Amino acid sequence: MSDSASKDTLEQAEFRQHCRNWLCDNTPAEPSFRLPISALEIMTEEQLTYLKDWQKSAYDAGLVGCDYPVAYGGGGRSNCQRIANEEMHRAKTPYMPNIIGLGMAAPTLLQYGQEELKKHLLPRLFSGEDIWCQGFSEPGSGSDLASVQTFAQRDGDAWIINGHKVWTSLAHFAAWMIILLRTDKTQKHGGLSYFVVPISSALDQGVSVKPLIKMTGETGFNEVLFEDLQVDDGLRLGALGHGWQVATTTLLHERDAGELVTPRSGGMKNAATHNANTANLIDLARKTQYNGKAAVEDPLLRDRIMRQLIRETALEENQRRTRVPALLEHPARLQLQNKLLRSEIAQETSALALEVAGASASLYLGDQNAPAAGQWPLAYMSSYGNTIAAGTSEVQRNILGERVLSLAKSK
Amino acid sequence: MAQPDNYGFSEEASLLKDSARKFFKNNFSTDKLHRMVADNPDSSRAPGSLWDKELWQQLLDLGWTLLAVPESAEGLGLSAVAVAGLVEEAGRAAFPCPLLATLNATYLLAACGDPGNAALKEIAEGTTATLALTNRTGSWRPQDTEVSAIQRKLNGTAWFVQDARKVDRLLVCAKKDTGHSLYWVASDALGITVHADRIVDLTRDQAHVEFLDVEAEEVCEDGLKALEQAFPAIWTMLAADVIGAAEWQLQTTTEYARTRTQFERPIGFFQAVKHPLVDVMIQIDEAKSLVYNAACAIDHEPQRAAEYAHMAKASASETAAFASSRSVQFHGGIGYTWECFVQLYFKRQKHSQLLWGDAAWHRARLADIVLGKID
Repeated sequence: MSDSASKDTLEQAEFRQHCRNWLCDNTPAEPSFRLPISALEIMTEEQLTYLKDWQKSAYDAGLVGCDYPVAYGGGGRSNCQRIANEEMHRAKTPYMPNIIGLGMAAPTLLQYGQEELKKHLLPRLFSGEDIWCQGFSEPGSGSDLASVQTFAQRDGDAWIINGHKVWTSLAHFAAWMIILLRTDKTQKHGGLSYFVVPISSALDQGVSVKPLIKMTGETGFNEVLFEDLQVDDGLRLGALGHGWQVATTTLLHERDAGELVTPRSGGMKNAATHNANTANLIDLARKTQYNGKAAVEDPLLRDRIMRQLIRETALEENQRRTRVPALLEHPARLQLQNKLLRSEIAQETSALALEVAGASASLYLGDQNAPAAGQWPLAYMSSYGNTIAAGTSEVQRNILGERVLSLAKSK
Repeated sequence: MAQPDNYGFSEEASLLKDSARKFFKNNFSTDKLHRMVADNPDSSRAPGSLWDKELWQQLLDLGWTLLAVPESAEGLGLSAVAVAGLVEEAGRAAFPCPLLATLNATYLLAACGDPGNAALKEIAEGTTATLALTNRTGSWRPQDTEVSAIQRKLNGTAWFVQDARKVDRLLVCAKKDTGHSLYWVASDALGITVHADRIVDLTRDQAHVEFLDVEAEEVCEDGLKALEQAFPAIWTMLAADVIGAAEWQLQTTTEYARTRTQFERPIGFFQAVKHPLVDVMIQIDEAKSLVYNAACAIDHEPQRAAEYAHMAKASASETAAFASSRSVQFHGGIGYTWECFVQLYFKRQKHSQLLWGDAAWHRARLADIVLGKID
């Protein structure tokens, strides 16, 4: 395992020290209420307020948007966000609520937004004052994203939007949405344009948000309906008809393959935090009886647990190797695998945990006899969110086959 | 000791890897390999040891076998990550030579302390060697050796000795009344008979070696301890060879899927072909990342080297099996023929998959470390 601090530049080393000092005094105490496993499942105002306060204080201390220009509310540093992320993880801070804003909207705005728009929106995004959501998928457009039908009709300097977006995480708290719209019905990819549109300020004035319930029983994502929402042309990112190229930037960042490191905190553990990782699987196997012995002593289960440990370690080592160009056969080959592997490995690990738990795997959240408070069946079901969202595993394999291996395009 | 973030893969290591790749590209095409080792498909032929000794001599002249020899024995003392980079390229070329065998002997001798120094100096001067410590059943536990030593005289047979007919010396693990020791002996010493095995892999040779009252020099009193120290490097270097060869398999099969047309489309269009090829790439990348992590542990975090090397070889063994299977399958009928080059790598990879422990063997040993031993 690597010790990345030993390779810091002077700027990074000083910044790391700043982060450590600040986090030592300012890492918030655990809340008295349950936090969901990620920002995408935030359900209550109480949870949101706690997490927004945390993001604001981290931003004020310079730990968010470190590598963005000062003019847009950033820290004006270079290659320091990774340092802040490592230190926040190490200090076991809560995660940040504005995950879509930080991870997807910010890098896309920076690259394609007009000057005034960037100055207005980015500082509020970094501080967490404005929560962001993403409007890409539609009922008829999932893996075939370029087929979206939500239409923007030109009206002088404005656009009138009508249509239907789905699987929209955080829309019920969001001030803004990044959105892929059709501006020309005569061509597919070339008929798309990319905008940012207001949500909370436009509720009942062209926008309505309705919650969708997941198979886990949790809320968190929504459908968003647009009826004659009027927006200014200045909210467009990139040229008219270039929406697909802009969306590609967003998607690269969504899959952790973009150029800018996403501000990301986390590491806080409380009763409700549970990762579908091998360490927790091993913990379960030590506590569980299997055919008269501890499950961890069963040779076949040991073999399968080791498979997961090996793949999980390989994923970490892939990230590390990404930073060593001399050991890469192709510049994007590892980054483009990241989301696919992370989601599939977690799915396999949680599926194996259910087998290790045996009959007890039937016990769900709220049952007092459930192993790990019922988090394993939740993790297993939730894992399908990650192998489907942000490009299904099947689409990821198409992208890898076509972009990296240059195989003939499916479409 | 913590590992450096970049694996300690230096500029020098990068140059070495690039120059090795260019060397094989310019001097040793797969076509040449096929003409050299597959000229005769007759399975009743005498087992060959077909290799390009002149090209190997050039590599010796470039100093490849002294790279891993410690500076105290007049070698270059290069890091394990740098050596892994070189081995990956030799694997990509499937170059028949005693590089891996000699590296194995080098790492084992280096674990022997001072008594191993004279033998290491021989390696630094261009002498090649291989390990002889496996028994008839193919046990990867060296304490199961069938060779015994009394008064420095070796008797018995060592099995599955790699590239035995290409090397100058044998490094033998033998049982004696006080434990297991290591012995250094010329491969043509009096009393030694090398019986060539008929093996599937055309790019290597293998033999069982019979010892009859062979006088040998003891180079290590506590052989099992030295082996325990050297095994991580032995597993990691073989895994590095595997990922290099697997890159060849991926590239060659992908090129075929881009050009071979059926149903009016290149077959790589079809997801039944496209997605498994992506999965081959994914497996290679996982194994490769684990190989460099293990090599870096050998250099900087020796207390975890065995754990990481088990991961690397387990992952590489799975990769060898899957990349080989898909390479033949996706080449279709032609992939099943003797004339098609994929058979050479298929066979080499199956050999490597099983050599020094397959995936399940390494996972079981890893479990002993991570989860604790079971009865």
